[in-house]
Amino acid sequence: MAERFESVGEVVDRLRRVDYLADANIAGVVYLADKLEKPVLVEGPAGVGKTELAKAIASITGSRLIRLQCYEGLDEAKALYEWNYKKQLLRIQADREHESDWAEVESDIFSEQFLLTRPLLEAIRSEEPVVLLIDEVDRVEIETEALLLEVLSDFQVSIPELGTIKGTQIPIVILTSNNTRELSEALKRRCLYLHVDYPDLDREKDIVRVRVPEIDDELAEQVARVVRSIRELDLKKAPSISETIDWARTLLFLGRDEVSPEVIGETLHVLLKYQSDIVKARKELVPDDPPLKGTGLKGVAAKSRS
Amino acid sequence: MLDVLQGFVHELRAAGLPVSMTENLDAMRAVEHVDMADREVFKAVLGATLVKHHNHWNAFETVFDVYFSLWSPGVDGDEGSELDEAWQAMLADAAGAGAGGEMSREELAQMLLDALMSMDRDSLRQLAANAVTMFAGMEPGRPVGGTYYLYRTLRQLDLDDLGARMMGRAREQSPIGDELGERLQQEEFNARLKELKELVEAEIRRRLVADRGVEAMARTLRKPLPEDVDFMHASRDEMIALQRAIYPLTRALAARLAQRRKRRNRGHLDFRKTVRASLSYGGVPAEPKFRNPHPSKPEIMVVADISGSVASFARFTLQFVYAMASQFSKVRSWVFIDGIDEITRFFQESEDVLDAVHRVNTEADVVWVDGHSDYGHALEVFHDRHLKEVTPKTSIILLGDARNNYHAPQAWVVGALRKRAKHVYWLNPEPRGYWDTGDSVISEYSAYCDGIYECRNLRHLEQFVTTIAEA
Repeated sequence: MAERFESVGEVVDRLRRVDYLADANIAGVVYLADKLEKPVLVEGPAGVGKTELAKAIASITGSRLIRLQCYEGLDEAKALYEWNYKKQLLRIQADREHESDWAEVESDIFSEQFLLTRPLLEAIRSEEPVVLLIDEVDRVEIETEALLLEVLSDFQVSIPELGTIKGTQIPIVILTSNNTRELSEALKRRCLYLHVDYPDLDREKDIVRVRVPEIDDELAEQVARVVRSIRELDLKKAPSISETIDWARTLLFLGRDEVSPEVIGETLHVLLKYQSDIVKARKELVPDDPPLKGTGLKGVAAKSRS
Repeated sequence: MLDVLQGFVHELRAAGLPVSMTENLDAMRAVEHVDMADREVFKAVLGATLVKHHNHWNAFETVFDVYFSLWSPGVDGDEGSELDEAWQAMLADAAGAGAGGEMSREELAQMLLDALMSMDRDSLRQLAANAVTMFAGMEPGRPVGGTYYLYRTLRQLDLDDLGARMMGRAREQSPIGDELGERLQQEEFNARLKELKELVEAEIRRRLVADRGVEAMARTLRKPLPEDVDFMHASRDEMIALQRAIYPLTRALAARLAQRRKRRNRGHLDFRKTVRASLSYGGVPAEPKFRNPHPSKPEIMVVADISGSVASFARFTLQFVYAMASQFSKVRSWVFIDGIDEITRFFQESEDVLDAVHRVNTEADVVWVDGHSDYGHALEVFHDRHLKEVTPKTSIILLGDARNNYHAPQAWVVGALRKRAKHVYWLNPEPRGYWDTGDSVISEYSAYCDGIYECRNLRHLEQFVTTIAEA
């Protein structure tokens, strides 16, 4: 099958064109996934662009994105395939008058036209190139994980009544996990492992600039620095990349061209979502700790001084 | 190349990483596809195939740096000659002939400062190499660890001073103004200094590997995985790693327990729902429905010794138990040295477990006479004040090494507690071999406990919490 990428550098470039900034680690693993034809398991804190990566890959390879959102209680019928039993019932009832051979009816109702495909089977049977995204795989029970194994290692699905359906092409498969539980060894063994963490200063700044094009260099730098500073604190939930971007947009919207303690105090709730975290960050970053109501006035005072 | 890779995988396994056969094969296939010269990518590719757990990444990085340090991007294009040169300089230095190369200390500091201000990575790497040559005083074959050389080099470089000078320069160039700007600038410089430190470390490691060979270095640098770090002997960095590992671990454990509990205790048959469901099968009750279970969650009382020797163990265990609080119907806790104090209030008042632990360390009233552990007295007081509150639903967890400084153990208290409580467990952070040596009186207590566990690292702790949450 035709390979999708020539080199790691090419992966970086093409991802960049769809506004996804990959570091060497991400690009290297994506490249390797294509070469070795193995699924990639992406782990990391919430909001660092795991799902976004799958979307970006789909868009640069011109593939269709098929998404399987995992949740507790997901089963075969929702993930792989299901027999359309209502239609089967109709077929049997329609046949009552003709009294045709049962064996014939049986082979008929277990044929492809009575099969409802679900994401995994769909990804395998698809003629066009696809990227299969299995999102938040840590949410399914450990037993359900086993459903995925056959698909992930051999890219095939066995249906007892029909036999084995093998894929016409090998899709790029991305699994994401927020690490709420340990995934089974069997699953991990079949995947390449990629841990995506919060980006370093330069990359975060680049991301902000790409995602919020109107922002100027100075402000982007300040935003990235403040966010790094906040992540250093011991918080329940550190700000994610998407929150950084939201914050940068908020600043622009409010017409701020500079990050001052007052501005941080006013907009901290965009970055942090727990009250205890907000209190802690405010204590650290906003020196005189102005009460929420007073910030407006102080902001004006600071402006006139400068 | 394959030989190097095999040695590498072997070393990873020796460091405790579970690398399976398939993963090994994947790595071999993977390296064919990438250019080794691009170190970042090469590392990413090896990591993706061999390391499947984020906590193991540090261990992997260490081994990687040792094994592939000789391939690291050199100062010049030609790796071999550059290293030889460095090595020659080092030898010359050792002989006392080099007199610190062609640069003086002041010049080096000045150049470092310039490189740090403009963040010129190439010259920074070059300067780090120079600094190692000048200050570390490395001698071939000398049986000293890398940390010793690192310490010598860094002491001479004086990073704090460098940082201060960087700040000074930044202030000259453009007045920063408010405290926030100052803080952000400081953090930026700290990050740069950290990078410099890592460069120095890498340089030292590179030379050591050249001197002693890969296998020997890998062995000396081998670090335990966070879940295997001993509570009582953890270094500061390891403590921080532990701190980070605790929260995800408890979350994972809580999810697992919740799931297992749900499946294990199926409720009674729900007649109404079953009949309703049977309608779609023409009145045949094909699918029985059950009521939601009412899980009985245990109530926990933690009594912890927080005297110096076991303080960090107590801290981690308290943190762990409170992070798991949703799995228990109620958690109360006490700490003692020779006096005892209830600390439940700290955890109730503050949402942040770390903050609460900090308050325990500073505010709890735990000294009665002299501040040496006295299990006997502490337990007696606990018995007098709180025995009434112990119910058949309560599990009591006692934490400590039972080193009683030759006071009376008063072990009968544990017996009295056990009569009322559901279970009494004892967690001891010492290795089993040390129990009952010296002033340890653990067996006096263990006679009255339902279980007594050696609990030296996160792995042990996790196992124990699983046991009691299911009991």
